[in-house]
Amino acid sequence: MCHPAWGRALAQARRLEDLARLRRVRDRIDREYALPLDVEALARGAGMPAGHLARQFRLAYGRSPYAYLTARRIERAAALLLRGGLGVAEARSPAGRTSPGAFTARFTDTARFTEPAGVPPGEVLRRVPETVPVMPGAVGWWSCDLGGSRPAAPGP
Amino acid sequence: MACMDITIHTTFLPHDDPDASLAFYRDVLGFEVRSDVGQGRMRWISVGPAGRSGTSILLAPPATDPGITEDERRTIAEMMAKGTYGWILLATPDLDGTFEKVQAKGAEVVQEPVEQPYGVRDCAFRDPAGNLIRIQELR
Repeated sequence: MCHPAWGRALAQARRLEDLARLRRVRDRIDREYALPLDVEALARGAGMPAGHLARQFRLAYGRSPYAYLTARRIERAAALLLRGGLGVAEARSPAGRTSPGAFTARFTDTARFTEPAGVPPGEVLRRVPETVPVMPGAVGWWSCDLGGSRPAAPGP
Repeated sequence: MACMDITIHTTFLPHDDPDASLAFYRDVLGFEVRSDVGQGRMRWISVGPAGRSGTSILLAPPATDPGITEDERRTIAEMMAKGTYGWILLATPDLDGTFEKVQAKGAEVVQEPVEQPYGVRDCAFRDPAGNLIRIQELR
């Protein structure tokens, strides 16, 4: 009844289920970053204690759910700033920051995403790399730096 | 240089539950099934957009190469579960309509349609095996 191989298979099956649960938490952050979201809300949704979620998430993805959420918010804020042909250098320059109209609107949007994360829009500009990669995986890669440590290689 | 004539014929995505993956690609994304061989977890299912047989996705069991070690096999299974293994980029002229239909059929949404800084508008879903399915707008 208790063959060691069965025990190992069962433990591995549980581990995969736990990882899939963490994936759903991470996907929820990607989906709902613009809503008032915190680790307690994420933990409630996943049906596990907040401390446990934070530890397991960090083990699986290399940084806490809060750092991941912050990175996602800053990445979206940066995307808003960069949209419409506004380059990073331009957006960072005093001229870019003080130019009226569309940029001001974008800056307001940025504040909406970054203030819950405690990062002012000016800081977003400082953290965006000079050259923003132009592919889906690459964006995820550079934005990791914004809220925590950068992983070893790009992912989707 | 001589003119080459090479097309992209088939790309691969792993499954861990062939029936669930088949249901997602056929019933949720509306792809046609081009072949379905094997049994149990060892199923190889070829799917693709209806009427465009030139390009297919092969839904296949992961890590079947006998040269893959037990440790590597476990790592691949864990990466699939945590959603960091397979991904693909699809495209449609009607992003909003596609997003609504796919969402209405119960797919796990990862990202609603949004303008990306790299100049495209896209959305993202998760397939039943944990693969990331990005769909970008053709324009």
